[in-house]
Amino acid sequence: MSAVIEAAGLEKRFGETQALAGAGFSAEKGTVLALLGPNGAGKTTAVRVLSTLLKPDGGAARICGYDVVHEAVQVRQLIALTGQYASVDDELTGSENLVMIGRLLGLGRAQAKDKARELLARFGLTDAAKRATKTYSGGMRRRLDLAASLVGDPQVIFLDEPTTGLDPRARNQVWDTVRGLTANGVTVLLTTQYLEEADELADHIAVIDRGRVVASGTASELKATTGKQTIEVRPADRFRAPEVAELVTRLTGETPEVRTETGLVTATAVDPAVLSELVQQLGQRGIVAAELALRLPSLDEVFLALTGHSADDQNVNEDENHESSEELADAGRTA
Amino acid sequence: MTTLDITSPAARPAVPGPEPKKRVSGRQMVANALTLAWRNIAQLKHSPEKLLDVTLMPIVFLLLFLYVFGGAVAGSTHSYLQVLLPGLVAQMTMFATMGLGTALNEDIHKGVFDRFRSLPIGRSSPLIGAVLGDTARFLTVIVVLTGFGSALGFRFHTNVLAVLAAFGLAYVFYLAVCWISVLIGMIAPSPETVQGIAFIFIMPLVFGSSILVPNTKTFPGWLQAWVKVNPITHLADAVRGLTVGGPTSTHVLYTLAWAAGIVLVTFPIAVRMYSRRV
Repeated sequence: MSAVIEAAGLEKRFGETQALAGAGFSAEKGTVLALLGPNGAGKTTAVRVLSTLLKPDGGAARICGYDVVHEAVQVRQLIALTGQYASVDDELTGSENLVMIGRLLGLGRAQAKDKARELLARFGLTDAAKRATKTYSGGMRRRLDLAASLVGDPQVIFLDEPTTGLDPRARNQVWDTVRGLTANGVTVLLTTQYLEEADELADHIAVIDRGRVVASGTASELKATTGKQTIEVRPADRFRAPEVAELVTRLTGETPEVRTETGLVTATAVDPAVLSELVQQLGQRGIVAAELALRLPSLDEVFLALTGHSADDQNVNEDENHESSEELADAGRTA
Repeated sequence: MTTLDITSPAARPAVPGPEPKKRVSGRQMVANALTLAWRNIAQLKHSPEKLLDVTLMPIVFLLLFLYVFGGAVAGSTHSYLQVLLPGLVAQMTMFATMGLGTALNEDIHKGVFDRFRSLPIGRSSPLIGAVLGDTARFLTVIVVLTGFGSALGFRFHTNVLAVLAAFGLAYVFYLAVCWISVLIGMIAPSPETVQGIAFIFIMPLVFGSSILVPNTKTFPGWLQAWVKVNPITHLADAVRGLTVGGPTSTHVLYTLAWAAGIVLVTFPIAVRMYSRRV
């Protein structure tokens, strides 16, 4: 079976900015693919290309086998887009927003109203159905936006930074919703800057940096690619920590970090066999370990290893510049 | 990473439901436009203050112009009112279109249009819908002008059909000018700049015309030449002819020709800009 979302060699330039530089990824039916990357990595541009809003300069992408450029009309019948900024109409009620989308998708008046009612109930918005959405909280707007995406029973849903700016409670609600989507065979592509979010939701993660995919795989595969693991050991008697540290240094060749107040000794280890060796040595010396673990690196560490800079690195603010440079490009074409 | 062979026909994964259609039908485009026109009307229901400008502007302009120019131009405010009010119908028809460009530009910036553009609807439907939905603003202008004008002493001197024809003509011209507003809304970098750009177009059209001073013989030659080709002059004179009497047919034809010309030029560019706007 071929993939529902396929993209290869996507390129897009806005003036000086190379937003996409050959990005490629794919997603199987009923899975969640996360495009993970910092601001300006090209995630939003990728979503805009896949959702037919933007023509790529190079490369190709298909949704359910339909080309996003040449078969855009068909693609639009299969997808739904939830943008970075909740794209609901502020001056309509929640119910009117959904009825409008339903009518635009060809539902009859009664059908559209039924669908709106059903979705409002599903997203816990029934009480707010008759209120203008400008009175909604950020989380409610985002939920309404998601509901609007589901009116047409799409095969593929694009979620561009679905939880940016939400408080933890609202974020958890959105997460629960996303998890529910794939149960019906819907394929989800979401973009996120949050490693935790990708880890929580995605079956596959494509790490995107400066317009290209620098790594992809499951969260645990990605964690394994850096090859570095962390060994953590805490002796029950914290005064024996220096002794443990010396042992760890001998086994791993690294100088461990020692926390004197707890006695926790931490060091990176490349060879997993270190763990069993350490257990043996500790036993021989009669040191009882209160805590002993070999931990895979966090996605944060993975990101740093893959891209050479941290995910929180805000020095690339290209996303904000996109719009203005695109407008300049537009002005250039009309001039 | 995936390699994608874009030359071979794709193997399509099974998609439940009917096969996606290859194009959006004409009937569907009309239905889409009407739904989006409904959107504008529904917005007014929740935010009636959006009509405040088109409610107050006609009153303010009518009072100001009537009492500032009345004595000087026509000898008395009463006789000036008969000339001024049809002129203001033309002026306010122009002014009332300006809100549209701003609203559309806001739609772009808020991401509402991103959703529309990702839906399987006609490309031009959101724009056509917005123009049709804006009819409410035109109707407000006409009702306020004739209502307030009548209270001040304005009287129609023709028959009902002629008056309806006058408003119908103004409406046709209104729809045409809406497309200029749409185009500016598509080009302007931000909602705040829309009005500024629109004013540059609208001011010379509105005030370089016969709306305030029907006898244009006192104008310098270059201005007379401009006034003669200016569609606002023809619209104002046509509305005068149809409401209080006077020559009509040439002005009606000129106005209709201008309306057609404006739409022919601005509509295709506006739709193109809308499809491209990112």
